[in-house]
Amino acid sequence: MTSTSAALAGPHEHLRAQDRWRAIEVVFWLATLLPFLVTPNYLSLASQVAITALFALSLDLILGYAGIVSLGHAAFFGFGAYAAGILSKHGWGEPLSGLLFAGIAAGLLGYLMSFIIARFRHLALIMITLGFGLLLLEAANSAGWLTGGADGLQGVRMWPLLGMFRFDLYGFTAYWYSLILLFLLFLVSRRLINSPFGLSLRGIRENSTRMRAIGAESRAHIRKIYTISAAMAGIAGGLLTQTTETVSLGVLDFQRSADILVILVLGGAGRLYGGLIGAIIFLVARDQFSGINPQYWYFPIGVLLVVVVLFLPGGILGGLAQITGSERFQRMVRPLMVWRGKSP
Amino acid sequence: MRTSLVGLMSATALLAGAASANAQDTIKIGLVMTLSGQFADAGIQMENGIKTYMKQFGDTVAGRKIEIIRKDSGGMAPDVAKRLTQELVVRDKVDIIAGFVLTPNALAAGDVSAEAKKFMVVMNAATSIVTTKSPYMARTSVTLPQVAETFGKWAATKAGVKKTYSMVTDYGPGHDFEAGFVRAFKEAGGEVIGSVRFPVANPDFSAFIQRAKDINPESIMIFVPGGAQPAALGKALAERGVDPNKTKILGSGETTAEQALKSMGDASLGIITAWHYDYTDKNPKNVEFVKVFNEIAKRNPDFFSIGGYDGMHLIYETLKKTGGKTDGDSLIAAAKGMKWDSPRGPMSIDPDTRDVVQTIYIRKVEKVGGEPINVVIDKVENVKDPVKARMPK
Repeated sequence: MTSTSAALAGPHEHLRAQDRWRAIEVVFWLATLLPFLVTPNYLSLASQVAITALFALSLDLILGYAGIVSLGHAAFFGFGAYAAGILSKHGWGEPLSGLLFAGIAAGLLGYLMSFIIARFRHLALIMITLGFGLLLLEAANSAGWLTGGADGLQGVRMWPLLGMFRFDLYGFTAYWYSLILLFLLFLVSRRLINSPFGLSLRGIRENSTRMRAIGAESRAHIRKIYTISAAMAGIAGGLLTQTTETVSLGVLDFQRSADILVILVLGGAGRLYGGLIGAIIFLVARDQFSGINPQYWYFPIGVLLVVVVLFLPGGILGGLAQITGSERFQRMVRPLMVWRGKSP
Repeated sequence: MRTSLVGLMSATALLAGAASANAQDTIKIGLVMTLSGQFADAGIQMENGIKTYMKQFGDTVAGRKIEIIRKDSGGMAPDVAKRLTQELVVRDKVDIIAGFVLTPNALAAGDVSAEAKKFMVVMNAATSIVTTKSPYMARTSVTLPQVAETFGKWAATKAGVKKTYSMVTDYGPGHDFEAGFVRAFKEAGGEVIGSVRFPVANPDFSAFIQRAKDINPESIMIFVPGGAQPAALGKALAERGVDPNKTKILGSGETTAEQALKSMGDASLGIITAWHYDYTDKNPKNVEFVKVFNEIAKRNPDFFSIGGYDGMHLIYETLKKTGGKTDGDSLIAAAKGMKWDSPRGPMSIDPDTRDVVQTIYIRKVEKVGGEPINVVIDKVENVKDPVKARMPK
């Protein structure tokens, strides 16, 4: 098998093997273009899926790879959302620079937070991130002069993207804008994870004491990845503000932190595509179920979650990997592989 | 090139929309409400009001059948509300947008109404500015300043209250109510001798009430959100020995809503509130409304229900006036200045602001047949939204 042979050849070989693009990945990214052709009426939903996927990816970097549990990641999402919104309200509605501003603002906040985060693990982290999220929500609520308080920020108006593409009612611009950003930041994350830095993050996740014992700078690594993750969450928040031209306290809500955790667990934490798949399934299921019954649509979602957690502990992608990795499956597909000239 | 593509796409979609509207005889109304989460009950009561109207007056207007499409925006989520509204317009090709329990959600949907030129009826969201968001928007609920300023003026002039102590919940509607009341109260010669704001999630009012009692004011102005808080407040008042008959307690209608009165019991007697609707009102229209409502929902209507009920009335009557034409311009033109007798009393749509004009009732909690209920002691007719009246035209 590739993984064992790569491991024998040393970590650099292993990383290089991981970094190679697989056919299924190319298919996945090509499939993200389908909504333009197949379901042009669902583009605004598609853009929210892309934004949520980006947010989930940012959480995956810290939770899935570095093992930093967070129940308050919406803090950075919301901070970015408000940063982009407030900038636009005060007369600068250029989307790209606004997004950069949102990313930097959230990244800075993440950097400051990371000094606390790097000192704790597990349960203490849950409490700290939860508390931090609630504090930021209350701060935004009471700073009505800046955030508009409970009514939401008024007067967010975006200029056309690149001076040409207006954010239209059909969500056409919104989707390709969000999709391109998701793809770019996905590339960044992919590169990051398949680097020695990414490997040491996984080391921290598995055994942080031992990492320190072998001389790895655990805390510095955690600070770095936390800042990057916060900036990415901020960009996702900024995207939401820009594509919907609204911001309210909902972006900082605990519910958002919890939902994104659910999405990641559903898709599979610690896998780059976990958050993406989770976001697609969660939001499409929500859209469909709430269309069928607007009142009790949470029920089927709950059932879905229970089933996934019970039968696929590694999330949907983890489960799939388990199935495809099993002896029986290998035996089943071996003839096909041979036929395609790819003997394993 | 891309822009032309977008243009082409939207043009074809619009054509498709127009074609489908002609092809079928139904009129589609898209309702965006909070049907799950913290504000679910509000959305459900609103929907019950809508159902009641459709049961009383049928589902056919101007020869066309009415079709309702419901969407759940969850809690305070303008991004979701906006997307759902967009989808209602783009995907479901609705003719009219309605519902909206929460202000941020209504504001976000207003953008869609303005851009797509769709008639939009706000059935609750009570912040003044909501209707300024789209020229195709009308409101059939209430605005908080409408109640608060009317009440403040009434307290200072009619009730002869000179001094008050202000206690409100520290969030948007609380601030708005305080601002409205204090403004009108001061203009009419009243004086606010102190104020305190409670956190949104703080059901223990004892310390706050004690502080107010120590000052021993002539009256206390109170705003708390509906739900569990009025009961806790009533208990705190009783425990600390604040007698509403000696120290006037002035509140908004939510403070003495049906459930709140039930849980407060005798502690509520004597509280004075201002509001636009109460289910106990005895006018024949309301008696009929409450009766049919109970058949459908097995409970009594509240102000969310009346907002939904009158919203449907506005939609039906405008459609009758336009002869079934559903474009935004015709409908909003028909809605402007429309007057009718609602179960809440006479009301109309202000032709300038498209906002609701109605009677504000001043009620006092009294025991009638062993139950504490809101008894109307005074009313102020034809109240417009004072905030928009002050806005430069």
